[in-house]
Amino acid sequence: MTVSPMMDSPRTAAANPPVQPVQGNMGQAAVVRSSAGGPVAAEPTALTPVAKLIDVSKCIGCKACQSACVEWNDTHPEIGANVGVYENPLDLTPDMYTLMRFAEYDNPDSGDFEWLIRKDGCMHCAEPGCLTACPAPGAIVQYSNGIVDFIQENCIGCGYCVSGCPFDIPRLGRADHKAYKCTLCSDRVAVGQGPACAKACPTKAITFGTKDDMTALAAERVEDLKSRGYDNAGIYDPEGVGGTHVMYVLHHADKPGIYNDLPENPQIAGVVENWKGPTKTFGLAAMGLAAVGSLVMGLMTRSDVEAEDEQRAADMVDRAADPAAPPEEQV
Amino acid sequence: MARRVYSEPGDRIVSRDPVEVKRYGGLTRLNHWVTAITLILLALSGFAFFDPSLYWLSGLFGGGETTRWLHPFIGIVLFLSFMLLFLQLWRYNIMRREDLVWLSNFRDVVSGHEERLPELGKYNFGQKFVFWAMFWLILVLIISGVMIWYQFFPDLVSVETRRIALLTHSVSAVLIILTLILHIFAAFWTRGTLQAMVSGRVTGGWAWRHHRKWLRELARRQRADPAE
Repeated sequence: MTVSPMMDSPRTAAANPPVQPVQGNMGQAAVVRSSAGGPVAAEPTALTPVAKLIDVSKCIGCKACQSACVEWNDTHPEIGANVGVYENPLDLTPDMYTLMRFAEYDNPDSGDFEWLIRKDGCMHCAEPGCLTACPAPGAIVQYSNGIVDFIQENCIGCGYCVSGCPFDIPRLGRADHKAYKCTLCSDRVAVGQGPACAKACPTKAITFGTKDDMTALAAERVEDLKSRGYDNAGIYDPEGVGGTHVMYVLHHADKPGIYNDLPENPQIAGVVENWKGPTKTFGLAAMGLAAVGSLVMGLMTRSDVEAEDEQRAADMVDRAADPAAPPEEQV
Repeated sequence: MARRVYSEPGDRIVSRDPVEVKRYGGLTRLNHWVTAITLILLALSGFAFFDPSLYWLSGLFGGGETTRWLHPFIGIVLFLSFMLLFLQLWRYNIMRREDLVWLSNFRDVVSGHEERLPELGKYNFGQKFVFWAMFWLILVLIISGVMIWYQFFPDLVSVETRRIALLTHSVSAVLIILTLILHIFAAFWTRGTLQAMVSGRVTGGWAWRHHRKWLRELARRQRADPAE
């Protein structure tokens, strides 16, 4: 099957790329939100919302997704040392946008020992904490299909996005001081192709399509898991961040934390909201009022030294200097 | 010679006709202005990150990236410079009973009835307040600033702690700018004050009106001066 170049968002990652030249559709015209008041399209192209679905129950931990990610994005992760765990590298890095995280879980209900593997990476939140925190105009944008992308040429390397993110995803390059994370292969999606990781996944644990299609597929998968004894199977599409464009099917959706600390109810931290909200509003108001107020008061009133003050000072100084003089009168 | 209580070494009556009083030495003034300039540069560069409407200020420093790496270094200079100033001045900024009287009669300060206020040493309550506000805010800003200095300390604190540091840093920055506005305003409003930090000297009348205990101490110290 070949994706039609006329289709606004790809419906699958499995299809072969189009053979005719395709004009990318994820430029400035599709930007619906931009950090720090950066430019957004006046009438953004309405692209069909997309989503990546990661079904952890199907994942075999082969890391093909990681390899595909590195290959497509042409990153060069540092070659590390084996420290006796499956994760490689140990954490997300500026060169590794996605990471298989492995957890060993002793299920107290079934007595089973379970190996839980989760593909970690940017969740592409509908309400992105990184974008809220970012001070650089246009360094983080959100497209009408839901993809949240970092525009490195506008990034100033402050690291605020790292603090804003509820999932601890962005990483700053040590050499270029630019923030990086999964782009959901925006450069592939723009031309009708699904993300590299989804394309490479041998078990279809990673699938890609419209958000509606993926939600429906997830519901099917949850039903199947429930029929096989996973009573708590469910979809992870957290409401706290307005839903995400990367979703999980979890066999233990009641305990997301067991999948290497997947947050139970992720949302933009209250501290971050206060920092980017009231602190600015009240801070700017207070500083503005103080500046204007003191300017007005400074123009209208003043405290002057009077001529008699000078005279009294002279008296005090003269008297004190002359041992014969009577002591200074008390004023 | 009268022991110094209210005056710094170096403070003295420079001339008697008209009376002129030395208030700050050259190094202290240099120290003050380095602190002042760095604080203003920090405010301007910090504003760029504080609100998108002020991001254009980063252009003054050569763009967002340059502003991002420069700001913390200016902060280090400010911190060191202020600490030098602090070591010279803290002794004269300790709150005394008369400062509370001065504060409770603040209306007389504004309306110019200084004759109803207690006599003061080198600093009044307002000046002491600015001094200690600057001290504590700079301390909070440098500590929270290091925590959010991503270029060199990416792993110093947890993500949660860094969020608190970011909020603390921006709130403290607002407070220190308010303190700075108060400081600049008071220096202009109280005529004759500015020259203390420019030429280092104030008029006798200014000293008599605003810091009489300080002037009296210096006046008494003249007696042995001819021998010096």
